Amino acid sequence: MENYDLIFAILFQLAQLVVVVLAAPLLTGWVNQCQAWLQNRSGAGVLQPYRVLHKLFHKDAVIAHNASPLFRVTPYIVFGCMWLAAAIIPIIAVDLPFSQAADVIALVGVFAVARVFISLAAMDIGTAFGSLGARREMLVSFLAEPALLMVLFTASMISHSTQLPRIVETLAHHQFVLYPSLAFAALAFIIVLLAENARIPVDNPSTHLELTMIHEAMILEYSARHLALIEWASSLKLFAYISIGIALFVPHGIAEVGHWAGLPLGIVLLLLKLMLAGAGLAVLETVMAKMRIFRAPEFLGTAFLLAVLGLLIHFLLGA
Amino acid sequence: MDAVGILPLDVVGWLVQFWIVLGVAGMFLQRAPQQLNNIVFPLSALTSLLLAAVGLWALASPATVMVLPLGLPDLPFHLRLDSLSAFFLILLGGASFGVSLYSAGYFKTMAGGMLGLLCLEYHLFLVGMTLVLLADDAYMFMVAWETMALSSYFLVTTDHSIPDIRKAGFLYLLIAHVGAIAILLSFGVMQGGNGIDAYTFDAMRGAHLDPFWSSVAFLLALFGFGAKAGVLPMHVWLPEAHPAAPSPVSALMSGVMLKTAIYGLLRVTFDLLDTQLWWWGVLALGLGLLTAVFGVMFAAVQGDMKRLLAYSSIENIGLLLVGIGLTLIFHVYDKDALAALSLTATLYHSLNHAMFKSLLFIGTGSILHATGERNMGRLGGLIRRMPWAAMLMLVGVLAISGLPPLNGFVSEWMMLQAFLLSPGLPNSYINMLVPVAAAVIALAAALAAYVMVKFYGVIFLGQPREAALEHAHDAGTWERIGMGWLALLCVVLGLAPVFVLGQLDHVSQMLLGTQLGNAAGNWVFLAPVDTERASYSPLYFLLAVLGVMLLTSLLVRRLYHGRVRRSDPWDCGFPAQTARMQDTAEGFGQPIRRIFEPFFLIEREVPSPFDTHPRYHGRSDDRLWYILYEPVKQAAAKLSSAASLLQHGRIHLYLTYTFVTLIVLLVFV
Repeated sequence: MENYDLIFAILFQLAQLVVVVLAAPLLTGWVNQCQAWLQNRSGAGVLQPYRVLHKLFHKDAVIAHNASPLFRVTPYIVFGCMWLAAAIIPIIAVDLPFSQAADVIALVGVFAVARVFISLAAMDIGTAFGSLGARREMLVSFLAEPALLMVLFTASMISHSTQLPRIVETLAHHQFVLYPSLAFAALAFIIVLLAENARIPVDNPSTHLELTMIHEAMILEYSARHLALIEWASSLKLFAYISIGIALFVPHGIAEVGHWAGLPLGIVLLLLKLMLAGAGLAVLETVMAKMRIFRAPEFLGTAFLLAVLGLLIHFLLGA
Repeated sequence: MDAVGILPLDVVGWLVQFWIVLGVAGMFLQRAPQQLNNIVFPLSALTSLLLAAVGLWALASPATVMVLPLGLPDLPFHLRLDSLSAFFLILLGGASFGVSLYSAGYFKTMAGGMLGLLCLEYHLFLVGMTLVLLADDAYMFMVAWETMALSSYFLVTTDHSIPDIRKAGFLYLLIAHVGAIAILLSFGVMQGGNGIDAYTFDAMRGAHLDPFWSSVAFLLALFGFGAKAGVLPMHVWLPEAHPAAPSPVSALMSGVMLKTAIYGLLRVTFDLLDTQLWWWGVLALGLGLLTAVFGVMFAAVQGDMKRLLAYSSIENIGLLLVGIGLTLIFHVYDKDALAALSLTATLYHSLNHAMFKSLLFIGTGSILHATGERNMGRLGGLIRRMPWAAMLMLVGVLAISGLPPLNGFVSEWMMLQAFLLSPGLPNSYINMLVPVAAAVIALAAALAAYVMVKFYGVIFLGQPREAALEHAHDAGTWERIGMGWLALLCVVLGLAPVFVLGQLDHVSQMLLGTQLGNAAGNWVFLAPVDTERASYSPLYFLLAVLGVMLLTSLLVRRLYHGRVRRSDPWDCGFPAQTARMQDTAEGFGQPIRRIFEPFFLIEREVPSPFDTHPRYHGRSDDRLWYILYEPVKQAAAKLSSAASLLQHGRIHLYLTYTFVTLIVLLVFV
């Protein structure tokens, strides 16, 4: 019986691996579509990201004469890391065998690997925009990463574990308990989510205005399949972050260990949560304005402080 | 082996003697530098490797002691090899193996006479560090400590014709001795019993000090060893001395010598003193946090690659001190498992830092040889000229940034786990301190990644900033082997943490009386306390990322195509691209300088729009130097000028002084 459970869990892990990678662009398309509606545009439809990816994969890759192997291998590393990150976050059921190999600290580590590689690749060609983007990306992340870690620590403290399935299991069981520490953590997490996914007010995913670019400046030299992989990785990253948010703050309804019957309900609830989160993101982006780059550290510093405050509150109140 | 009566300590003794022989042989071989490089340094490296192997053997064996027939009359040298010493011997051997192999290639261009002398000093340095780890009485310890300090002073001032290097060497010597005095006083406080044996470590272990004197001993040790390790505010020598020394020496100083100070602190705190107090831990934790943040902040604004690495060493020493502080706190409050966890994290990080910092320092040596340039603002694009050095240093850079699945991440992971498991300490103030400390650690780690992206990106990536860089040559064979060894260790220590932890358990058994163990029960998963709480498997992690990457690459090629076209960079269609448009080292560090502006003493010269020859100049200096050291320096200068009133250089005056002294003494005595 236990063997069956394990096989089932591994199959489920593989299924999540496939589902997230296919579904991630859909979420990006949904956010874009919501934004279009909010801005009184008709929008390109939720399937537009897939069309873009398909188009990019068809094209010939153009890379600079002096590009090093590091430049060529980076899109694959970034894509692999993001895919893995999205695949180890429990969203439908908590039985994910692979999450034993990588807990929340390792999850933050995966994001860091991708970030360091893409920053290095941005500096590889030696263009002005490349190093500008790398510098700004590292600037944003040196505050966002510890803030994210503190958010995850608050949840870990509550559940006495740094393993995502345990955290989600614990939090999903306490249905009507409101943790004050988690409230602070949630605020901090939203700021981190905006910053790390190159969203307004820190960055703008749809801009190519030189002075304001962060993420786009880094990937300026990429084209065709390399660009497609990086865009896809960005979608996966957004998906992963929103999944983390759902897993930490509204995990209710997720299927528990061995309760495979809970799956259909879990999937329906997840879809609803994802749609709501995407729409919320679109609203946030529409009502806010992009801020100057040197305001970003203050913005993220706030997130960091909020997260630390959340952790401190947990230490003081035990909740 | 025991059957034939050979003990690990005997073997270490032979190896140390062999090192001395090699050093002296270097003096004799100075007319044949080729042989010196190709024979002496590889043999020395082999000795290092054997030393590491013996350390591994001794780690699991019971402690062995030996009394040498050397030393003062009635005060012989005592040696002891226990688990703690054995662990640091492994660290010393593992790191110096790579560095010595590298040295065989690095010193090729050096003139024979200088090389002979350097070879002697280099080996005396290694011997000094080994004996520090083995010493079992205060006298032997101080002799070994001074051997280490003096030999490294001479190594730092290898290029003594340059005034700045002489100055850096002097600063190093001065602070090393201020520290040594504190260590000596600390031993004085801890002495046990009467007579000539009072200064053996065994007597100190037996002496039961009251809390006040224990604290005095601890504070003196913290000051003394802190001065050697570069703990705030005694860090000033580090960024001066490390860039001044030849790169392999910087590697040994930063990778290994700083760890001997950590060793000393652990030895005094957990072995020689029998009581510990909680506020020692808080003090160490606080100092460590300050040091870590300070180090990484200053590393971010450096333009000289070796200075940058020196500041990064300060950061890492800060992290180690945080680990020691945490261990102290947990140990005092009888949280045995947690104390073992944080001690293990500290030791692991020492080992990791020894490997990746040595790797990066010798890597800068190759760059220095290839380009003659230490200033990152004049480098760039070296990944295309020096692919080997670039690839191997990338491993070091990723490891020091604390990225999985390499070794830096493992120790960071364990350190953070120790913080996460900490609630429930009886002291609520400490309970409040813990999350703040964890946040600061996370911040320092994230900033370290910033620093390393800058380091690697500015040196190796982009376009060459100077025309001369086109002629840069890659690292030689010996250099590649040396760097390759250290890079390999970074990977192995990252992928097989469970083996390492099994060995480290001997040390924590010795110091704390408890073991960490591995809850997962197999070698793939690292789970320090409880598999339900936390586990991490670097191997699966690596396999998963590689598997996913391979799958993606295959799928893309299968479903679409793999065509590539080379062209000019796009850069938003901007036509006139020059290498000067890239970020300089200062430019990349500018955001950090701006955010943490109050901490730096900034001196800037910004051109006005109307300058015909615009010149930009910026320097971020250390305020602490001006606050703490400058007054002392001036007071010393005043004192010495006052003393010079007595000096006139005339012989009759000195005779008068002697005569007056004699009269005064006769009157009084």
